[in-house]
Amino acid sequence: MTAPILRVQDLAVNFTSYTGGLLRRKERVLRAVNGISFDLHASESLGIVGETGSGKSTLARAILGLIKPSRGRVMWRGEDLTLLDEEQLRQKRKEIQIVFQDPVASLDPRMTAGDIISEPLWTFYPNMASLQVEERARGIMKMVGLLPNQINRYPHQFSGGQCQRIGIARALVLNPKLVICDEPVSALDVSIQAQIINLLKDLQNKLGLALIFIAHDLSLVKHISDRILVMYMGSSMELSERDALYRRPLHPYTNALIESVPIPDPILAAQARQDSWLSGDMPSPYEPPRGCIFNPVCPYKVSRCETDVPALRRMEHGDWAACHRAEDLDLSIGPVPSREAPGTRREIN
Amino acid sequence: MSLLEVTNLQVKFNTPEGEVQAVNGLDFSVERGESLAIVGESGAGKSQAVMAIMGLLAENGSVTGKAEFKGRDLLQMSRKELNKVRGCEIAMIFQDPMTSLNPFLTIEKQMAEVITHHQGLRRDEARAQAVEMLRAVRIPAPEERAKQYPHEFSGGMRQRVMIAMGLLCEPSLLIADEPTTALDVTVQAQITQLVGELRQKSNMSLILITHDLAVVAEICDRVLVMYAGQVVETGCVVDIFYRPQHPYTQGLLASVPRMNRPVDDELHFIPGNPPNLMDLGSGCHFRERCSRVMDVCEDDPPLQVAPDGRVSRCFIAMENGEMKRAEMVASGTDAEEDSTETAE
Amino acid sequence: MNNSADIQADDLLAAAMREDDIRGRSLWVDAWHRLLKNRAAVVSGIIMATMLLLVLVGPVLSPWEGDFTDWDNTSSKPSLETGHWFGTDSVGRDILVRTLEGGRISLLVGLVATLVSLAIGVTYGAIAGYYGGFTDRIMMRMVDIVYALPFMFFVILLMVVFGRHIVLIFVAIGAVNWLDMARIVRGQTLGLKNTEFVEAARACGVDHNAIIRHHIIPNLMGVVMVYVTLTIPQVILVESFLSFLGLGVQEPMSSWGALVNDGAQDMESAPWTLIFPAAFLTVTLYCFNYIGDGMRDALDPKDRL
Repeated sequence: MTAPILRVQDLAVNFTSYTGGLLRRKERVLRAVNGISFDLHASESLGIVGETGSGKSTLARAILGLIKPSRGRVMWRGEDLTLLDEEQLRQKRKEIQIVFQDPVASLDPRMTAGDIISEPLWTFYPNMASLQVEERARGIMKMVGLLPNQINRYPHQFSGGQCQRIGIARALVLNPKLVICDEPVSALDVSIQAQIINLLKDLQNKLGLALIFIAHDLSLVKHISDRILVMYMGSSMELSERDALYRRPLHPYTNALIESVPIPDPILAAQARQDSWLSGDMPSPYEPPRGCIFNPVCPYKVSRCETDVPALRRMEHGDWAACHRAEDLDLSIGPVPSREAPGTRREIN
Repeated sequence: MSLLEVTNLQVKFNTPEGEVQAVNGLDFSVERGESLAIVGESGAGKSQAVMAIMGLLAENGSVTGKAEFKGRDLLQMSRKELNKVRGCEIAMIFQDPMTSLNPFLTIEKQMAEVITHHQGLRRDEARAQAVEMLRAVRIPAPEERAKQYPHEFSGGMRQRVMIAMGLLCEPSLLIADEPTTALDVTVQAQITQLVGELRQKSNMSLILITHDLAVVAEICDRVLVMYAGQVVETGCVVDIFYRPQHPYTQGLLASVPRMNRPVDDELHFIPGNPPNLMDLGSGCHFRERCSRVMDVCEDDPPLQVAPDGRVSRCFIAMENGEMKRAEMVASGTDAEEDSTETAE
Repeated sequence: MNNSADIQADDLLAAAMREDDIRGRSLWVDAWHRLLKNRAAVVSGIIMATMLLLVLVGPVLSPWEGDFTDWDNTSSKPSLETGHWFGTDSVGRDILVRTLEGGRISLLVGLVATLVSLAIGVTYGAIAGYYGGFTDRIMMRMVDIVYALPFMFFVILLMVVFGRHIVLIFVAIGAVNWLDMARIVRGQTLGLKNTEFVEAARACGVDHNAIIRHHIIPNLMGVVMVYVTLTIPQVILVESFLSFLGLGVQEPMSSWGALVNDGAQDMESAPWTLIFPAAFLTVTLYCFNYIGDGMRDALDPKDRL
């Protein structure tokens, strides 16, 4: 196997805030990302899933160097990005790009689509002829499914889905090797979400991109990831091959995420509705619980979970889980209910 | 008589760019104890329709039509009468709970204010009732949490507070506008379940506005699908999910991600974007995105009503509430098996 | 079905490639259209344009010179026969010409001092806000210190050291006004730099200078322009105040403030010497305020659906 292009090792980001007055200043440390490690190979796609406050977006920004990590290394093709100075890091932006969550807010409202898409070109190739830049911008627009004759339009003249296509075009214009998608569809309508997912998938195949796809639930990552990393309160809970994760999640939290995806079927939903066992709030991130951070809400907790922090361990099949009971718990998802609503697309022979 | 009966609702907005036709002749009704889902993409006019009924339109909006709540037309009411109905007989919860809570008052104070205003209870009684309501929406340690400020609550807890506030006066109708869209999945599941339970307990009617059909399946009896300011299909929840008539409903259903679908199955989606509400023109507004568009779609499609009350705005004919089988085979897409089952 | 959609999309694309580009409609154009619908702002704009024209051309066309003394008509009432439409002052100077000439100075002070404060304030505020942290703290403390100086004391000090000169008025007013501008711009920048599109620009490798020039400043312009239209009348008023105190422009030059001061002294015997300059001053102040209000409404994107 070839060496991974991205190797994240024990990456941690702390945010320090101060409370109290001038004299009795108290320091509070928020461990937004707490020792995350993973590898990513060329043209592989990794899904990162976690809820609000799990640190997934912070992790993305730390990999890009937009936030300084407090610990750990980000090895990009053998080079540690955390050691680079600002200018060297800026040069790496050609290779690693990001697509943001809010398609409208991530576009400057006073710039045209063409300006937005060609800004990275102007930045890195200031001597490029403007005709050539425009040609490239039009080409990229076509590639992401926008009409190139809309090059002079402004973001407010596009719909949400189209704005996200502009965001993707901007990320691709420099021919990056890795694109990090930070919840690119969660602000879009369900009917538009799939358009963007399919587009990203196509582009990944066509351009041989490596992809990190961040999401807050497990329903869509399934369609775009080879492996999935599940995060909770800054730590990794599980890192598994996609199929294995959906068939038999190793961590109770992964299981909770799978079960809470709503079932789009009135009859099955009525049958499957059990008491939601994941009740209550996440503990305060400033005072994480002792032992396993998931223990206050975990239904499978044993006394050990309250004292020892489980490490992310390699399991038999090569997947990773951070749970003391990963071996003895069987969380397999039973045979999937077979009745499918007719709206589902099916191959017709 | 229905609890809420809306007829020929039209909502327009005057913008510098021109007139926006947000809702275009909407009819629907909600029975007592029933829960109705209004489903559609952003810009379908679902929120604007409800805002218009509640008298909460932006300044540049105007509304015509009728919206009779318990026999009285909400659109003709004076501001004072409407205020009495709002927040008392009809409660609303929104997508972002933070914007509807006052950040400078404790939860208890805000809730007590509602009670003293509408029911004229004493302060301490009102407080006790507020705590009771927080307990009902399963906020842990309600006595202590009631003394906290909105920013001390997480998103899911805030939405619970909003629901608790909405239910204080025991309304006969709860309108929930995308109540779970901004929440995490695990929290979303809790809130959906909570709303469903509360509704059953109190026999309250519910209007749920959402773009996500998956949420609808769990708690709604009837579904109304909107597109470009019009109803395209209505029906009971089982019919909509198992026998959708309108191609748009079928598209919406197919684009819902399903955990039980094979992994390598390509995600289905509705191509294109919602139409420009500024110049809708005539004909079927969905035709540019429709997978089975025909020549006749240039004309305005008929609103077909089946004997069981189902409605579909499409040229594809319904037969006994089912789409013609020939049509479906010819188009060679969805729902083939199902129609075979029912036709034979 | 996805395939056919793709093919259809390709056809559409090909067709669109042949067509001409669709013209964009920027937020500025939108705001302009909204402004044109605001009657008060439009009327004010027309009045101000007329005023500007009058002030520039009027004195040239008038038969009287501003410093000409008409000994036959001292303190004469406004009349068409004498040719002094607005009357004359106690030494027989034509009020109309003096009001128009004074308008030149007043408007010039308003524009120049505002532009000075605009240039310094926007740059200073944008830098402090964007870089934040230590830089911001040092820069804003300096603003606080200058702010704490009593304005009148500062002006009198300048006058004493450098003598009375019109340039000093620009300097004095500009030096104070940019502080407000810097604070406003800093506040806006603090908000803007956390927006996703600025983060996106950073992620694209755009350097700090370019971010400030291409993203921060264009997005500030709305607020800044509103503030500018509200600053111009404020500056005119400050100049009038200084002139009223006798610290402003020197004879034979004049400004509305100086004229009002003169007029106030013979208010009982010759009220027209007060009324006309005061009316010009008031109308100008009102107009700028209406234009500023109109721009604020027009640039506020909230009322779009």
